[in-house]
Amino acid sequence: MQRHLISAADLTRDDAVLILDTAEEMARVADRPIKKLPTLRGRTVVNLFFEDSTRTRISFEAAEKRLSADVINFSAKGSSVSKGESLKDTAQTLEAMGVDAVVIRHGASGAPYRLANSGWIDAAVINAGDGTHQHPTQALLDAFTMRRRLVGRDAGIGQDLAGKRITIVGDILHSRVARSNVDLLHTLGAHVTLVAPPTLVPVGVGTWPCEVSYDLDSTLPKSDAVMMLRVQRERMNAAFFPTEREYARRYGLDGDRMARMPEHAIVMHPGPMVRGMEITAEVADSERCTVVEQVANGVSIRMAVLYLLLGGNEPAGSHTRTEEK
Amino acid sequence: MSKVLIRGAKVLGGAPQDVLIDGAQIEAVGSGLSAEGAEVVEADGKVLLPGLVDLHTHLREPGREDSETVLTGTRAAASGGYTAVFAMANTFPVADTAGVVEQVYRLGRQHGYCDVQPIGAVTVGLEGRKLAELGAMHESAAGVTVFSDDGKCVDDAVIMRRALEYVKAFGGVVAQHAQEPRLTEGAQMNEGVVSAELGLGGWPAVAEESIIARDVLLAEHVGSRVHICHLSTAGSVEIVRWAKSRGIDVTAEVTPHHLLLTDELVRTYNPVYKVNPPLRTERDVYALREALADGTIDIVATDHAPHPHEDKDCEWAAAAMGMVGLETALSVVQETMVETGLLDWAQVAERMSFQPARIGRANGHGRPVSAGEPANLTLVDTAYRGSVDPAGFASRSRNTPYEGRELPGRVTHTWLRGKATLVDGKLT
Repeated sequence: MQRHLISAADLTRDDAVLILDTAEEMARVADRPIKKLPTLRGRTVVNLFFEDSTRTRISFEAAEKRLSADVINFSAKGSSVSKGESLKDTAQTLEAMGVDAVVIRHGASGAPYRLANSGWIDAAVINAGDGTHQHPTQALLDAFTMRRRLVGRDAGIGQDLAGKRITIVGDILHSRVARSNVDLLHTLGAHVTLVAPPTLVPVGVGTWPCEVSYDLDSTLPKSDAVMMLRVQRERMNAAFFPTEREYARRYGLDGDRMARMPEHAIVMHPGPMVRGMEITAEVADSERCTVVEQVANGVSIRMAVLYLLLGGNEPAGSHTRTEEK
Repeated sequence: MSKVLIRGAKVLGGAPQDVLIDGAQIEAVGSGLSAEGAEVVEADGKVLLPGLVDLHTHLREPGREDSETVLTGTRAAASGGYTAVFAMANTFPVADTAGVVEQVYRLGRQHGYCDVQPIGAVTVGLEGRKLAELGAMHESAAGVTVFSDDGKCVDDAVIMRRALEYVKAFGGVVAQHAQEPRLTEGAQMNEGVVSAELGLGGWPAVAEESIIARDVLLAEHVGSRVHICHLSTAGSVEIVRWAKSRGIDVTAEVTPHHLLLTDELVRTYNPVYKVNPPLRTERDVYALREALADGTIDIVATDHAPHPHEDKDCEWAAAAMGMVGLETALSVVQETMVETGLLDWAQVAERMSFQPARIGRANGHGRPVSAGEPANLTLVDTAYRGSVDPAGFASRSRNTPYEGRELPGRVTHTWLRGKATLVDGKLT
């Protein structure tokens, strides 16, 4: 594996399967009475959040604490950043305090890449979501959830998602989750179909390793998992679609549409959901919807990523991992 | 002023000849000219060109002297072989009055490295609403003939029409920065395959092409001439080609960076590649080269856009748009146009000196290298190859996309009206 985790596209199939397998080991820790490993004792991780995201930050924080890392939370609001300090200065200030890894969430696409590749700092950089570019740990936790549900918790060890048909529905244009998922799912052997109104698909999508459809109903029966993306109501004002109601009618997932999916198929959502827009309450609260599971899996995945990137010196559970460089 | 004999120079790339400068003028061009009383410069097979003329330079003074001044910018120009530059109007304050353009003009004359011909804003404050006093700027000591809101597009069709019409009274030209503003809200790079992957806001080719199409039709309708700044797409080339075939009085420029670089470089998220209009695709690059070769695109203009280090040493979205270009322009043109066999040196002179001077009405510049003409000359060592080192730039800014890249050619001497501004690669 590389020293940083910036994009899901940087992961090979073996890297990704190793992370998923390691995450299964980490998940077992959560079943123990004491949910803590000493792996990152004495290492310091900073959560550098330039954009509000309570759920992602808490997920990383829980993962870091379960690995016994010292955690510093830095959020841009009320910080020196709002006084005009640059990303570079902020990162260098934090590194001067002895940080081993930086988990960064930033509104600008490419900010984590710049942080990792500009010679500003030496710490490992983990992208926790940048602009409309990438959100690799979200894609990993989604793949983890799919593998558990569609292949099996134990049967899935060492396996990828070969042949699984995954449909991603919604605002592809502005979605870092969609970009990361397309990259990772393709690497893992799945067939991805993106479904959205044409206004919410980027120009240039033709080179992505996936199919694009404008018709949800014809895609649903051929899906093993359907991932609904949040659609911000503000998009309506920029003429991406006429009204909320029309969007929901054409691209929202309700009970009738869910019934057209194969019986084993699952419904996923990265959260936060806009009930009544892309998903109805009936679907969101159904057994087939994995939203809550995804949150729990997120902690295991982030533990696995931190463990592998920071080269924890104690084995994770019984799993023997291959040495990374 | 003393005499200078340039011995054995390939004038416009032709057979070696001697060129004798007396005072501010070329006294003779021929072989075996007498060196008596003259300082001799052994050209030794270097190429002698008329002093280059840049129709599109940002000198930043007044207002952003932290990135460039008239002095540092004209020194950079002399280093790059230029004897005249047209200074864009987007300064602070904006060059939209006779007072500001006269100040910039005088600073250029005073420093003496390169003539500075100010460009006047089309509209007050570049705001696109009210025509600036175009006539007053023309009648000022600066004698402005080129008007542009560069950095912003004159997007209101009526304002554009009026500007095109109005400047006819004194032979002016409007240079349009073609960018439909609504189509480029939040734009960060060329819209296409790479922007889709990188998640950066797209700047679609159609935002440029639709404005060019509108403006050539307006120019035809009112019988005016129009100049298109930094044309960057294959589609724009097609529109200009069509307009010229129809007899519309349109001229167009291309920047060196659009002749060489593509949006694939943005994958590095290094803002040194952030520029407006953005780097396009390989297909566009080849279309631009072909258009410059066949004359559809008339000239090369640098769009030299200096920015301080901190405005580029940051995340992509926060970075300023623009690249410095005066000191590398000729090398990039040699690499992309001469070494590819698309242009010979006489044609380079046409596109980097004669034509830009003609479009901007820069008197005394862009003249033939022959007896009786002003001695505005540039001597180029075309055999040289070396990697670009921004530390050696005369410009105050270092935001070049070519750092470490090997490029051919090096300007060794520049003469402005017989006065050497650059000798053996060193500014005087």
